[in-house]
Amino acid sequence: MNTATTTTASTTPVYVTRPTSVVGALVRRTMLRVRRMPSAFVPSIAMPVFQLIAFSGAFGAAVRFAGIANAMDWYVPLNAIQGASFGAMGVSFGLINDMQTGFFDRLLMAPTRRWSLVVGPIAGSIARAALPILLVILVGFLGGMNVPGGPLAIVMVIVAALGVSMTASAFALGLTYRMRNMGAATLTQFAIFFTIFLSTSQVPLSSMASWLHAIARINPMTNVLRLARQGLLGEVTWDQTWGGLVAIAAMLALSGWFAMSGLKSLEK
Amino acid sequence: MSSSSAILHTAVLTRRSVRGRLRQPAALTPSFVFPLFFAALGSASFSRIADRPDFAAIAPSFLDYAVAGAIVQGVLFASTSAAGDLATDIEQGFFERLLASPVTRTSILLGRLGSAMVVAVVQVAVFLGIFLAFGARIETGVIGFVGLVVAGALLALAMSGLMSGLAIKSGSPEVVQGAFPMVFALMFLSSAFFPRQYMTGWYQDVATWNPMSHVVEGMQGFMNQPLNVDQFLRAWLIPFGIAAVAIAFGLRSLSKRLAAM
Repeated sequence: MNTATTTTASTTPVYVTRPTSVVGALVRRTMLRVRRMPSAFVPSIAMPVFQLIAFSGAFGAAVRFAGIANAMDWYVPLNAIQGASFGAMGVSFGLINDMQTGFFDRLLMAPTRRWSLVVGPIAGSIARAALPILLVILVGFLGGMNVPGGPLAIVMVIVAALGVSMTASAFALGLTYRMRNMGAATLTQFAIFFTIFLSTSQVPLSSMASWLHAIARINPMTNVLRLARQGLLGEVTWDQTWGGLVAIAAMLALSGWFAMSGLKSLEK
Repeated sequence: MSSSSAILHTAVLTRRSVRGRLRQPAALTPSFVFPLFFAALGSASFSRIADRPDFAAIAPSFLDYAVAGAIVQGVLFASTSAAGDLATDIEQGFFERLLASPVTRTSILLGRLGSAMVVAVVQVAVFLGIFLAFGARIETGVIGFVGLVVAGALLALAMSGLMSGLAIKSGSPEVVQGAFPMVFALMFLSSAFFPRQYMTGWYQDVATWNPMSHVVEGMQGFMNQPLNVDQFLRAWLIPFGIAAVAIAFGLRSLSKRLAAM
């Protein structure tokens, strides 16, 4: 790792590792773990692709009746987001493993900014998420997905998926710092699952019954899905974009705070 | 050993297995929570489809349609987890301690299958109670209720038989859990969550060939159609046939493991 030398008031030199170097090293470590344990990574690629095919095939009629001609246009963004969010479980499992092996204690002793220990795994989950997102989009194209919004439509899918990936990973970190066991990964999975499915994941708001409509309307994931889907269902417009960006920013701020406060509580 | 002692040993091991499962509510909870959640989600998401005139021939409401899918999903989840417990017994050495005791060998497998059936009976009864409280109704009345409970138990026997065979063969809980996505695929590529009539293309063909579609539709028959023989044939006979093959596979795996010890 690159180091920079700083000087304290008593002129004793303190070696501080640059936070960016720590983040980079943690990303490389995440990818190394993916390479060494493909059996843990493969399901996070296969599941979103399978779900894309299954949802489009099984529930295709439901979205067609709601006025969307091609089910792929509706389900590609959903499954790209789901695929990206699976990385959060990897973050949780990785952290628990590091805690059990004592590696995390060594990280805590590292002379670097604390935020780099949170940002590193989140950046790693973004790197992890890239493949499932791209694969879902590719299968979408093969399945006849429409892109009336042009290249910007794909950018919107990727922005939404990475936004959810970062949020879910920060949440997973916060929970794992507090629980320090495998239950954190399970709870993270539950939280992501319910947040995604209690939104417009399956059908548009107009097709929903009362209780689900009431929840989906205030669920920030609905805005994120609108952001992701807009370019596949029509043109990309600012009206359909800003709500999703605000939702991602708010979720990221909250989950980031949750992760940082969890790290502080762990150090106490 | 006499057949009466084999039955006694199976009953004792069934009771042990049921108790073991009740002591791990965290392992059993997902098989209750997720199917109920998916049924609630489906009936809220797809309720407008049930207003279509052609849906009336399938079920009176989407909730009535979703009941059978939820039962199948719950039973399959629970049965997979029961087989995982057997693999854990092998991995942790309890299986060898059982072998050292004067217990009939087949009861080791049959006890597990028995517990999966007991859990399934309770699970189906609980599910039906909840769905009835939320407005679902069983068209075929008490006979349909019994028909669904028996179908659930037979399905549990079939699935836990297959998974237990795998557990005995591999001796690894990871292998059993690794086979779970196949169960997941089997369900999604069927009419468990959405009517086959509305599917199109190759997906509809796969769902038509998938035996799970026919089991689910037999159970949906108990819920939404007047009583007829077809419901029993599909909801009872198909799982029974799979169970026969699964038990044979399980016993064969058991005898191979015993021979190798």
